[in-house]
Order: sequence, then C-alpha cells, then structure tokens
Amino acid sequence: MIELRNVRRRFGRADVLHGISLTIAEGSFTSLLGPSGCGKSTTLRIMAGLDRPSAGQVLMGGRDVSELTPAERNVAMVFQSYALYPHLTVRQNIALPLAMRHMTRLERLPLLSGLMPSARRKRADIARRVEDVARMLGITDLLERKPGQLSGGQQQRAAVGRALVRDPALFLLDEPLSNLDAALRVQMREELTALHRRTGRSFVYVTHDQAEAMSMSDRVVVMMGGRIVQQGAPRTLYDEPASIEVARFIGSHRINLIEVRIENGRLVGPFAHLGVSGSGLPARAVLGLRPEHLRPARGGPVAARLEKAEYLGAETLLHLRLPDGARLRAVAPGSYVPPPEGDGVELEVAPGQAHLFESEGGQRLRVALQRAA
Amino acid sequence: MRVQPVVTLLLVLGAAIVLLPFFWMISVSLKPADEIFTPHVDLLPSRLEWSNYARAFTEVPLARFLLNGVIVCAGILVLQILFTVPCAFALAQRRFPGRTLVFGMVLAGLLVPFHVTAIPIFLALARLKLLNGYAALILPFAASVFGMFLFRQFFARLPADLIDAARVDGLSWTAIVWRIAFPLALPAATAFAIFSITAHWNDLFWPLIATSDPAIATPPRGILYFRDQEAGDDVGPLMAAAVVVTAPLVIGFLLAQGAFVRSIATGGLRA
Amino acid sequence: MRPGRRIREALTDLWLVGPGVAAMLALIFVPVALVAVLSFTDYQFGARSFRWVGLENYHRLFTDPIGRKAVTNTLLYVAIVIPFSMTLALLVALGLHRLAQTMPRLSGILQAAYFLPVAATLVAMAIAWQMLLHPSIGPVNAVLKQLGLPAPDWLSDRGLVLYTLAAIGIWQSVGYNMVLFLAGLAAIPRHLYEAAAVDGATRGWERFWTVTWPMLGPTTLFVAVITATNAFRVFETVATLTRGGPAFASDTLVYALYREGFVYFKAGYASAITMVFFVVMMVLTLAQFALIERRVHYR
Repeated sequence: MIELRNVRRRFGRADVLHGISLTIAEGSFTSLLGPSGCGKSTTLRIMAGLDRPSAGQVLMGGRDVSELTPAERNVAMVFQSYALYPHLTVRQNIALPLAMRHMTRLERLPLLSGLMPSARRKRADIARRVEDVARMLGITDLLERKPGQLSGGQQQRAAVGRALVRDPALFLLDEPLSNLDAALRVQMREELTALHRRTGRSFVYVTHDQAEAMSMSDRVVVMMGGRIVQQGAPRTLYDEPASIEVARFIGSHRINLIEVRIENGRLVGPFAHLGVSGSGLPARAVLGLRPEHLRPARGGPVAARLEKAEYLGAETLLHLRLPDGARLRAVAPGSYVPPPEGDGVELEVAPGQAHLFESEGGQRLRVALQRAA
Repeated sequence: MRVQPVVTLLLVLGAAIVLLPFFWMISVSLKPADEIFTPHVDLLPSRLEWSNYARAFTEVPLARFLLNGVIVCAGILVLQILFTVPCAFALAQRRFPGRTLVFGMVLAGLLVPFHVTAIPIFLALARLKLLNGYAALILPFAASVFGMFLFRQFFARLPADLIDAARVDGLSWTAIVWRIAFPLALPAATAFAIFSITAHWNDLFWPLIATSDPAIATPPRGILYFRDQEAGDDVGPLMAAAVVVTAPLVIGFLLAQGAFVRSIATGGLRA
Repeated sequence: MRPGRRIREALTDLWLVGPGVAAMLALIFVPVALVAVLSFTDYQFGARSFRWVGLENYHRLFTDPIGRKAVTNTLLYVAIVIPFSMTLALLVALGLHRLAQTMPRLSGILQAAYFLPVAATLVAMAIAWQMLLHPSIGPVNAVLKQLGLPAPDWLSDRGLVLYTLAAIGIWQSVGYNMVLFLAGLAAIPRHLYEAAAVDGATRGWERFWTVTWPMLGPTTLFVAVITATNAFRVFETVATLTRGGPAFASDTLVYALYREGFVYFKAGYASAITMVFFVVMMVLTLAQFALIERRVHYR
C-alpha cells in the first residue's frame, strides 16, 4: 500500500530519521510505537506528504508519490489535537474535504453555487455523505455545533468523521487518543478497530502507549532514536524482543533486567537452573524476565526475599531482592497470600519465557534457554 | 475615604470639559441663527432648529462627502486586507528564502510615517494622471505594514495541526489563507479594521494634497470646503455638518467601546 | 507534465508574498529613497529639470527665519503637550482606576467620555473648538468677559496661538494616554499593595510613591514616546484653524511640508523638511520598539 525506502530526514543539523524502510500492507492496522522524539510522527507526516524526506523514496501502490501533495495522495489524517476548524460547524468540518475535492472553484463560490445545477447536485450529494458518516459515528445531533461546544470524545469522533468521509486509501492517526481520559480511551480503541474492520483500509497509527499499539494493531513498528528497532506482530514483539530497549518498552509490567555470567553453558548465580546452548556464547549477558513470568512456587529454583507486596486486586505485585542484592519484581495472582515482608519466596520461571541480551549493545542473543541438567 | 467624593467630582468636572466641544457643536447645530449671533451667549438653544441639518445637506454635497468617505475607507480596507493577509500568513507559516528580509521590510516600514512618502507618491500619481480621483485617495494606502505586523503575530499563533489538516483535506494555500486562517484571525481583523477606518475617515493630510475636486472630497476635506465657502453666517449648518461627519465613528465607538479602545491602543505602534 | 513540487512551492510563496512586497516597495521604500534624493535638489513640481543643490535645502530650513520657526514651533508644541497630556492622563487614570472599584459604571462612562476625542474626527472637532473660542460668539470669551477678565483672540494672537493649538492637542490626546496608563495600572499585581501596606505604606501618597509610580515606570516612558510621536505630526488642527498663521506663529513641520510642497510646489525643499521630520519620527519609533521589547521581557 505505502512503502518507505531508506527515508532520511534532517532538520537543520539534526538527523531525525536515519534511513527508515517500511512497508504497510493493504488493509493492515500498523502502529508506529516509540518514546517521544523517536521520529514516529515525522515518519507519519512524510507518509502524509506534509513533510518531505531529505533522502529516500515514498511509494504508494508502487508509484513514487514524493511530488504529490497530501490531498493528491488521498490520505486522511486524524491529529492529536483533532485540528477541527473552530469557525466551522461539525457538518461544515466534515463536508470541507469533499467540497474541496469534488467541486470546482466556481461551484464553491457561496452565491453563485445556488444558481448552478451541477453545484446543487454535488452539494446534495455531499450533504448525504456527511449524514451517512455522522450516523455511523453517532454524531448526528452534533452536526450543527462548533468544535468549541464539544467534549474531547465528541471532537475526536468529528475528526474521525472528517477523515472518513472521503473514503481515503490510507488513514493516518497521530496519537489520536492521548488527549482523552482513560475510560474513553479504552472505548475509542474499540471503536477505531471496529472502524478499521468495517472500512478495510490501511491504518497507520502513531502512539507512545504500548498498550494501545498492542491491543489495536496487527503489526507494530517500534522506533527509537530515528530508527526502526523491531517490527512484527504484537505477539512477536512480546515473545521475542529484539533488544533490551524493545523488551523494556513492550509489556504492561516493566521487565526485570539482571546482569548474569555464563559459564559452561549455564547461568551463574540465582538462575543457575537455566542452561544456555548455542555457539560463541559470551561470558556476560543480561537476563530479561517479565514479572508476570516469575511465579511464586514452593520449591521453585529461584530464591528471593520479599521486600514489599502490593495487592492490586486481580494480581499482587511482589518487590523482591535476590541474594546477590539485585532487585526483582514478580506478579502473583490476586489469590496469592504473600508471606510476611522479609521472608523468603521461592519462584518458578519457564526457560521459554526468559530472554538473554548482549551486555554491550543490548541486542537479543540468538540462543536457546532450557532447564539445566 | 473622605477624598473619594472630591476625586469623583474632579473626574466628572474634567470629563465635562473634555465633552464641552461636543456639547457646543451639538448645541450650535440646533440653534436658530439669531441665537448664535448674539452678544449674550446661551449654552442651550431655546428651541431646536432642525433646519440647520437640512441646510447642511443642501448647501454642500454633504451626503456625497459621506459617501466618498465610505468608498475611500472601504476601498482602502479591502485593498489592505488583500495585500497584507496572504503576505502576513506566509511570513508566519511558511519557510521561504528571503523571509527574514521581508519581515525586516515590515519592521522597517513601521518606521515610516505616511507623510514621508507623500511627495514621491504625489509625483507618481500626477504622472499617471490619477490625481483627483478615488484611486489617488485609495491606492497609496494599499500596503499597510502595521496590518502585516498585526496579522503576522496572530497567524504565528495558529496551531500547526490546523494547517496540516487543511492541507490533507485538499485546500490550496490560497484557500487555507482565506478559508481557515483569515476567519480565525477575526479578532485581529476587527482591530485592524477599526484602526484603518478611524485613521482614514479622519485623515485630512492626504485628501488635502491629492484632491481639489469637491466631488470626491472625504468628510474632513468636505467640511473644510463648507467652512471656507460660507462667510460666517452659516454657523448653524456648519456645526450640523460637523456633527454628521463626527457621528459615525463616535456612535461606533460608543457601541463597541472595548474593541475600539483595544484597537486604537494597539495602533499605538503606528498611529 | 506539471512543474515539480519545489517549483510549485516557490510559486505559492511568490503568489502569497509578492503583491505585499511589491506594494511595500512601491509605496514605502522607493518613495523614501526618492524623498532622500529630492531633498538635495531644487526640483519643483511640474518643472522639466532640476539642479543638485547639496545641503542647501537643509541649511535653509535651519537658518531661514520661517523654516526655523516651523522647527522651534514644533518642538515647543511637543514640549507643552507631553508633560500636560501625560500628567492629566495619569491623574485621570489613577482616579478612574480607583473609582472602578466602588462605582464601576460611572468609571466606565467617564472613561468613554475622556476617550471620545480620540475617535472623533479631528477636523470637525477643530471647527467646534473654533466656535468655542470665537472672539464674539464663543462661550469661552463670553464667560471671561462676564468675569471681568481679558478676552484674548485665541487663534489670531501671535503670542497665544501655538498655546491654543497645544491645548487642543492635549484635549485630544489625554484619553489615549489614559487608556495606556489604565492598562499599566491593571497590570500591577495586587499583592504589591498588600506588601506595601504591611510595610506601613497605607496612605494614598505613600502607596503611589512606593508601588504605583515605580511599577508604572516602563509604561510612563512608553506613553511619553507615543505622545511625542503623535504630537510631532500635528497637522489637522493647524491646517483647519490657522494655516500656520498668523505670520507663521503656528507653523509646524508637517504643515510647512504641506505648504512648501503642495501649495508652493517646492518639492526639493519640502523633501528636506520631510527628511528632518522622518529622522525625528524614526528615532521616536525605534525608542518605542525598544520599550515594547523591554516590556515584553519584563513579563
């Protein structure tokens, strides 16, 4: 659908994008995920045609579109601030892109258009499509209001309506939910995925919220420092993070990262039950363990001391300390009754759920972990 | 708080002095001639002589003066907006080579009062045979650097997303300027319009130079014709004409006091 | 084949900026340059040729009694208007600012009254002043006569006329300066007065000297410069009431510019007057810019 080939962007002396290559499949829901300043918004703006790459190519449907304006690319965009035109009603806001697209300069003149049959016909057509979109988004009774009279969620819907109305080939969404409160955000997530399913168009969704990216998209592109560090299905990112940075960014609980030594194909220290196989093993590495994969189990191979237990209802967050002084977090089910603080806890961890990264550079080590003999 | 009543009294007294010319103008405009020319001066007319107003409109083409004022002010305002708004928008929202230079021109232009340019502009209009016409009264004011400055400051605060949204929605840059940016700049436009209309409705300097035909005289120029042609026996109608000429802006001011004060105060940059 | 995006962008910029820049060049910058050039010539409107005369026009303006009169009159006019207009405006603003707390409606009405001359058509108001000050039918002299005081000829007495014009100038500018002072007063944080009260400055005068006056400092300077800028271009009242007379007793720079240039058609000499006026205005406007800049930085 849209493809970036080695796209670079400099602002003055600062390189914002260092060669982004990316293909968005037809009909996919792709998230660009990363911390602020990682270049994800610039990437989106380059796709939209609002910004131009300093080098590299942008292709849509196999055709180079770098000479095309945003409108000519037939993309629609939803902005973080919604960017509704404050002086126009919701109806006029939604109708504007259609009028710009389908009516000639002459037909748009307010006085003349009443006299021209073609203009009248087109106006009626536009009005019908605006009604359709409004009905679909449930904002029919808001059509005569100005954006200033709408709540955040209503403005969001109006902005989506304006994007939707001209049936674009590609939807670009730039942090569209980040100005909403938590409850509304969850609801709008569902509405946006439903919209994606119904339209069947490609969506590119920029966010810094990994939960949004994971829950909505079929493909997540993680960006950091102007580079793509990993892309794949949400499950792949979670199961096989390509680097410490990705592992840290993905997942609702922050991953435990522990410096370990490797001797004779096994880890030294509290995780000695984990064996490593593979060629060219380094002597030192970083072990990544997600808190939700560390389960308290009597007789489990990892011994730690409980410092604090946070009961959260559905689960209990355990703050632990290993014998060598390293901190560790684990998540137990809400039904778990923790021992008094200061007592020992034994933990179980499945080898398939542990990750090893290079201690220099943080890249994932392509090695297999298994239970040591 | 004993001083408060004294202060209030002084303030009221001061305001009365300030309003005295207005009061006298209206009073004389309603006085019969024999009450004007008496050694005994009365503040108020004994009866209201409305015929002074009728005579003001018949002895000189006062209606024509007013119409000229409207045509000139409207012409100037429309031209100024056509010339300044796109330029101000580009200065605020686009990056182009020479942008700093153009903005420098705007700031430098603020240093130049209109009087300074009068002689060459007069020469040029004379050569183009445009003197003594509406063009001579309107064209010299087409470029308002003050307007450019005011609109640029306003446009610089427009959210970038709004303009990006308009680009995605298929608006040309011209359409963005006139359909999005300008309607949103309505507060700035109002302030500028009040400033421009006040300045040009009241201006005498340029109409005195550029026109000698009473048929296109603006109100201040016209009222001078009136005063100079009457030999001193038509004071009532003259004052009536003065009232009529002053009334539009004064009424406008009283209706929209806040906007007026703000506009004229920002105009302090270039009054 | 359409032009490339770069060219289209450049054309857009040209389309947006071009007319404005062309107008600025044609109506401001080229004329300024021409005036500067003309000021060194003896050019007359309608003449076929001209001669370079160097600084003669400037020399004449400052040595010729009539030229000098225009300069000194203007300076005297400005020197009278600035202190009186500002002092009155400050007093009115202080009074109205306080009155606004107890009687906001009356304060608003008085504010409008003081501001009215700013919006009114000055030419028409000048004629109203002419009637007020009329030697035989004006109420001012009628009152003076009744009180047994001398009734001077305000607008045709050589020694008095400039002061009369200055008084009208003050009348016209007080409201404008009052608005600027009111804005300055509104910007003074209330807690400063509370702090001053704690320190023992409770009476009106003490409050004024410890808080109001120092805090109004930048505003005052700004108002002074604006008043000067406006006073220097005095023209309407002169043209309406005296035409610089009697015997050039009320001649001013802008009126001399008008008379020499457009009544006597001496474009060269008028250009020199223009340049002198321009330099003064430029200095004042630059001072204004600097003060605005500083006020912005204070905040």
